Amino acid sequence: MENILNHIGIENYIFLSVILFCIGVFGVLYRRNAIIVFMSIEIMLNAVNLLFVAFSTYHQDAEGQVFVFFSMAVAAAEVAVGLAILVAIFRNIGSIDIANLKNLKG
Amino acid sequence: MEKNLVLVLLLAPFVGFLVNVFFGKKAGKGMAGALGTVAVALSFVLSVYFFLQVNQTAKPIAVKLFDWISVSNFKLDFGILLDQLSLLWLLFVTGIGSLIHLYSISYMHDDENMHKFFSYLNLFVFFMITLVVGSNILIMFIGWEGVGLCSYLLIGFWYKNQDYNDAAKKAFIMNRIGDLGFLIGIFILGSMFSTLDYGQLKAAITAGNADTAKLTVAALCLFIGATGKSAQLPLYTWLPDAMAGPTPVSALIHAATMVTAGIFMITRLNFLFDLTPFVQNIIAIVGAVTALVAASIGLLQNDIKKVLAYSTVSQLGLMFLALGLGAYNVAVFHVITHAFFKACLFLGSGSVIHAMHHEQDMRRMGGLRKIMPITFMTMLIATLAISGIPPFSGFFSKDEILMTAFHANIPLWVIASLASIMTAFYMFRLMYLTFYKDFRGTEEQKHHLHESPGLITFPLIVLAILSLVGGLISLPFGNSWLNQYLAPLFSEAHHAEHHLGTTEYTLMAIAVAGGLIGIGLAYNKYLKGGYVPKEDQDIDGFAKTVYNKYYVDEAYMALIVKPINGLSNFFRETLEPALSRLVYGLGSLANGLGSLGSRVQNGSIGLYLFAFVIGFSAIFIYLFLANK
Repeated sequence: MENILNHIGIENYIFLSVILFCIGVFGVLYRRNAIIVFMSIEIMLNAVNLLFVAFSTYHQDAEGQVFVFFSMAVAAAEVAVGLAILVAIFRNIGSIDIANLKNLKG
Repeated sequence: MEKNLVLVLLLAPFVGFLVNVFFGKKAGKGMAGALGTVAVALSFVLSVYFFLQVNQTAKPIAVKLFDWISVSNFKLDFGILLDQLSLLWLLFVTGIGSLIHLYSISYMHDDENMHKFFSYLNLFVFFMITLVVGSNILIMFIGWEGVGLCSYLLIGFWYKNQDYNDAAKKAFIMNRIGDLGFLIGIFILGSMFSTLDYGQLKAAITAGNADTAKLTVAALCLFIGATGKSAQLPLYTWLPDAMAGPTPVSALIHAATMVTAGIFMITRLNFLFDLTPFVQNIIAIVGAVTALVAASIGLLQNDIKKVLAYSTVSQLGLMFLALGLGAYNVAVFHVITHAFFKACLFLGSGSVIHAMHHEQDMRRMGGLRKIMPITFMTMLIATLAISGIPPFSGFFSKDEILMTAFHANIPLWVIASLASIMTAFYMFRLMYLTFYKDFRGTEEQKHHLHESPGLITFPLIVLAILSLVGGLISLPFGNSWLNQYLAPLFSEAHHAEHHLGTTEYTLMAIAVAGGLIGIGLAYNKYLKGGYVPKEDQDIDGFAKTVYNKYYVDEAYMALIVKPINGLSNFFRETLEPALSRLVYGLGSLANGLGSLGSRVQNGSIGLYLFAFVIGFSAIFIYLFLANK
């Protein structure tokens, strides 16, 4: 099989991944809507997944790709739980603005 | 079969105790008393059975109940040893115990807590039997502590009177001081020989390769234990105060049985004391001095029970003198005769107190001879016995002690003889003040005077007969049954009996003359002179010092109790607040730090995430730089 990395260099994947990750971090830090925070987390996760796959191809080793499948499965489960929590929060306090979630105050 | 009988002997009083504790109140007074008496009487019957057996076969009965302690090379069985010595003790503990239980049925019939009284008495007998029959020192210690507990409970039996409670506490604390010595002695012996069993200890000690210095310390510690339990100088002051308890208790515990535990212990461990002459000297001196001091205090006491209490201390001193001189069989002989006549005297005084409606001051008595003939006669016999007049039992035992002292050490003989003269004097002073002349109490008391009922007089008569004939068990004419019976317990050295020569007959004559002088002096002063002791506030001079017991209690108070109280006040008022301030300070410091930290947790998720990212980045940057 022809290696796609011969056409687009590995460094491009790394840059893309870093950019995606940073977008995710800023999303988490600056947005107050819990769903958007959640989406930002997913972006970070997928940035890492992308890097995994890229390196896996670069090393000609399938393990990285297998790992990504697991990671995606876990992420799906996590999203299901997280969204359920958000729904429950919304039912309780009528808002999903994280600034309102201060019940854990010490 | 034998094992079961031994168990019954040991546990019968304990069962009596349990039943009386749980069901005594419901069963009623008569039932509770009868049950307690039967339980002890059962033990007595079995003791007699075993005594006859051992007397015939001369073979001790040893029963192992179970393995008790087994730690590396230290092994101890929980066993019972019925040999000549323990059976002798069993006989008079359970025998006199039964009589006193019988007596108490009548004496305590007005008391609302009669079932409690009998349960305590039964518990006492149980512990006393444990003390006597154990096969090693640790079992003896269990009994030792148990009888101390019962003594405490019974001295403070009338707990509504604060003075009585104080007397009970005093007895308990004084005993504890001695017990500490006893315990240390046990530990030393245990660490030296890895066993506490009498037989094994005897074998190990008599083998002769033990460190004498250590043995001396151990023997000294054991002797301190004995001074506590047997009321010797300097720990004797609890015994006179212990008279706060009901009179049967004074008779059983504080005259006939428990206070002889110290003598039992030293006799039991005679092989140890034989090897430590230094301690033996101390025992002899302490015994003689105690005999003299206590007898001199007894001369001027006016409380009928106090006189008897000091007389007990004094007689115990004589026994310790004999122990210190290595004449164990003589000490045992005096223990037995003393148990008879002193129990009789105490029960007699109880009979008088009963008739006088709890008046104990002899200055308010007098003339009771005609009203209470049986009490008078029995007490007279016991008094003659304690004064050492032949042929009463006390003559033989006291005479043997004096003879032993004469052959060993003349000054000790002089001291002991002086104490004997004083004994005769104060005992007849007691008799004359109580039973002769005219009645000095109130009209109302006079109206109620009566001879005590049969349940009280019967034990008196039995004990009087025993005080009369008790001397027969060890006659001085070379055929002493007691010495032969006890012979297997002691090393050969003690077998030598005094061959009766001119010296011995002279000594006997001196002893009897001394007793008669004491009686004569008392007769002259109290019967012929009709002297009645002065009221408390009129006593002055040296007599006041003696009347107040040489101010020993006050001295102990000032020298020991006050400083300890001061120390405890210092701890309570200065040290404890300081410590608690420190501890509370540490606590509030942690609290303050915590509330400072908890401000970070303000509940804002944004802040948490920010901190999380910053932290993570910091870790990454660090790793990145570190790997470079």
